[in-house]
Amino acid sequence: MLDIRIPIGLLFTVLGILLSAYGIYTNANTELYSKSFQFNVNLWSGLGMLVFGVFMLLLVKKKKK
Amino acid sequence: MGNALFHLEWIDYAIMIIYFMFVLGIGWVLKRYMKDANAFLEAGRSMPAWVAGLAFISTNLGALEVMGMAGSGAKYGMLTTHFYWVGAIPAMVFLAIFMMPFYYGSKARSVPEYLKLRFDEKTRGLNAILFAVMTILASGISMYALALLMEKVLGWDFNLSLLLSAAIVLVYTYLGGLSSAIYNEVLQFFIIVIGLLPIVFLGLHEVGGWSGLKEALVPIVSGKGFEGDSFTTTWKYTGQATSNPLGVEWYGILFGLGFVLSFGYWCTNFLIVQRAMAAKSTTAARNTPLIGAIPKMLIPFLIILPGIIALVLMNKTGSDFSINENGKPNYDLTIIMLLKHYLPTGVLGLGITALLASFMSGMAGNVSAFNTVWTYDIYQSYIRPATGDKEADSKHYLKVGRMATVFGVLVSIAAAYLAGLFGNIMDFLQTIFSMINAPLFAVIFLGMFWKRATGHGAFIGLLGGFLVALLHHGLTVPAGATTLVKGGWLGVMHTYPVEMAQNFWTAIYACAASAIIAVVVSLSTTQKKTDDELRGLVYSLTPKIKEDHVVWYMRTNTLAIFVLTMMVVLSVLFW
Repeated sequence: MLDIRIPIGLLFTVLGILLSAYGIYTNANTELYSKSFQFNVNLWSGLGMLVFGVFMLLLVKKKKK
Repeated sequence: MGNALFHLEWIDYAIMIIYFMFVLGIGWVLKRYMKDANAFLEAGRSMPAWVAGLAFISTNLGALEVMGMAGSGAKYGMLTTHFYWVGAIPAMVFLAIFMMPFYYGSKARSVPEYLKLRFDEKTRGLNAILFAVMTILASGISMYALALLMEKVLGWDFNLSLLLSAAIVLVYTYLGGLSSAIYNEVLQFFIIVIGLLPIVFLGLHEVGGWSGLKEALVPIVSGKGFEGDSFTTTWKYTGQATSNPLGVEWYGILFGLGFVLSFGYWCTNFLIVQRAMAAKSTTAARNTPLIGAIPKMLIPFLIILPGIIALVLMNKTGSDFSINENGKPNYDLTIIMLLKHYLPTGVLGLGITALLASFMSGMAGNVSAFNTVWTYDIYQSYIRPATGDKEADSKHYLKVGRMATVFGVLVSIAAAYLAGLFGNIMDFLQTIFSMINAPLFAVIFLGMFWKRATGHGAFIGLLGGFLVALLHHGLTVPAGATTLVKGGWLGVMHTYPVEMAQNFWTAIYACAASAIIAVVVSLSTTQKKTDDELRGLVYSLTPKIKEDHVVWYMRTNTLAIFVLTMMVVLSVLFW
């Protein structure tokens, strides 16, 4: 059976990279981040997702060994 | 697209599209494992406990639930946590320790089938048919709500949204069956957490943390006629119904919500129990509700807390935050307006995707439970029984399960349009659901713990409990009720201060009546099942489960103690 950690890991890695890249790209855009008190929520959420995604993939790799 | 609440950019759509590509991809990959009916309808009983556990609570984390509970946070404050702590955890622990061994160990494939093994055919038939009808209606209603929301929030066409979401659900459930539904529930759990976390952080930042929130609430809550801290405490003001916003006393919360309603929901609703029945072993099945209980207790900080923050925002002078619609507050909009208030393009797409995902996984959950009950408890029992050729049978029932998926989605779509015609159908359905669940709990409980309970007793107990619930609902109303859906259609004997109180008492009367009727009828009829037939179905005739081979921290009892302790600690912290 498909190990569910593979799609979870892949999804959050992809979304994490996408969102943090968008966060870096828009970092200087103060108007965009006026809603979020100038916190770059895209970058932080993106990085959080990336870490979670990679962690899930590492768990799968560890199990295979 | 003119008057949509949100304006989405390419990045928001990209997130949405990637997410749903994964959803469909999971179904596609799982397709090759779906070789027989057992794999399709029961996930082959192969799920690890943590996957089943997250799916277990995810089924109860649909978008309607998320929106409703955030709204309740704004309406009732921290008292809403009673639905997540005392109103869920004891029932989940009871299910794990006492009931799962019978559901799982009996090899029953559904709750109705357990009723057949323990009692008789008519009890199963009654339960199976009611469950199938209610589940499909529920799925249709959430489809309707989703399409309505997409129209209002995103400006998408109602019919297109409805058909598109139905198509996605159909494809991944058709391909991967219950496994696909469960996997997507787990995915949805994570996306909901990650999608809502930014709101919690930004909200707490704006109001100045928990202490700032408490301070800001004092004048608002006092203005409503309650003590200043009544929105940030859980039990403190439950001595009298009138001194807390929920309008229910502590014993109403404890017995109505904590016992009858929650045990009726968590321990007998097949939609929920099916997740634990898909686990890979008895220990995994018993641990499923307990592993689910841990995140369950923390969900209030993700959903209810933002609701309370919203209450502060809407009362702030000079704030443009509002949940008003046509001049009246629409509490269901709370979470939507918070998304709009805090999230910039990018994470906004993530938040919207999280809501859409939880709508769809709710539908898929309903459809996958309907499948199983339809195929095993209705089709196999009454239309085409097994021939004895196991392989051919299994192939045949796999096909029937797949057809039931298509049929279930089509009927859901019809139900969605029906819901659009009758605005009250949702209230109506919830009322009926609680009338069916409370007696069902009484009957299953007696069945598991009293070997003398008979088939006639169970059947008449179920019907009798339902009639008493109807009668109570027909004779009482909540204050300010304007439609007969809320009760009082036989005349008004008693008026409850709030609707919640009426629901609690309907359930309490129904459960008690059902238990008494079932006991009386059982004692006056003969037990047709022999002790041998009841082995594995009744507590006193089943050998005790030994957990010696399991590491101590994964034993059911250890987890149960941990979960209960955590609940007590949280309740004391937010007393």
